[in-house]
Amino acid sequence: MGETGREVAGGKDVSAEMSERALEQDPYPKAYFYRRIVQAKLFIDAHFHEPLDVEAISGEACYSKFHFIREFQAIYGRTPREHLAHCRMERAKELMAQGAQALDACIAVGYNSLSSFSRAFKKATGSTPASFREAALERQEQSRTRPLQFVPDCFSGAHGATEE
Amino acid sequence: MNLRLTHSCFYVLDQDSALDFYVNKLGFKKHTDVRKGEFRWLTVTPPDQPDLEISLLAAKESHAMDKESADALAMLIRKGLFGFGSFQSTDVFAAYEEMHAKGVEFKAPPKKEFYGVSCNFKDDSGNWFSLSEIKK
Repeated sequence: MGETGREVAGGKDVSAEMSERALEQDPYPKAYFYRRIVQAKLFIDAHFHEPLDVEAISGEACYSKFHFIREFQAIYGRTPREHLAHCRMERAKELMAQGAQALDACIAVGYNSLSSFSRAFKKATGSTPASFREAALERQEQSRTRPLQFVPDCFSGAHGATEE
Repeated sequence: MNLRLTHSCFYVLDQDSALDFYVNKLGFKKHTDVRKGEFRWLTVTPPDQPDLEISLLAAKESHAMDKESADALAMLIRKGLFGFGSFQSTDVFAAYEEMHAKGVEFKAPPKKEFYGVSCNFKDDSGNWFSLSEIKK
């Protein structure tokens, strides 16, 4: 991890609390092991938009790169690199749903190339960034103009809410 | 006959606080958030079940519930007498560490049982849930 990464990691409440707890007695077998892996996962969750490399992250977790990747995958069903890509796409979906332009979302989640961003987005969602945005904005418009179409009848009825 | 559960309801004390809890601490996704007058329909979906909408219903006086009932319901929630479900994870120790780091309150750390691993946590309103991993 670069110096910047370390400072940010050190400044996070979550990491600080975990380091503190690492000193406590293990509440269950291998607690220390779990804390290291989970801490690395939370680090990716918080810094996915920055250039991250797995080697640096496994350094934070105090494991060899290969051991770390294997343990991470066993827990999360995704390699750290796949998890990083997943975090980036989840955030990109949020940004596009808020009406962002593809290029802005691309940069915001840490992609260097718009074409690889668009390709990854299409693969993850089945839609291009633009059509995903249109569909999301259309749904938001419907939420404002015809909110009750999203509510099962029994609930809106019980709450005395009608379209009129 | 075919049946599928599409919506389920958790009563909560405050919808905004519950939304923050389920999204930022448990990793749920916000699905629907619409309003009609005083009525707010707010649903979230569990990380691995994007088609199961959990409605976070406010335990407060409304067209659907008189004040006396709403107050009684809120009191029972605060006392921790409700449990609206059980969660399962493929790795409870990892889920526990992540949720605990984010400030979720647990009765105790996960424990190995004959059927797998289990623990209990509560949401921001006071609703208890179990979290288990079933031995394969």
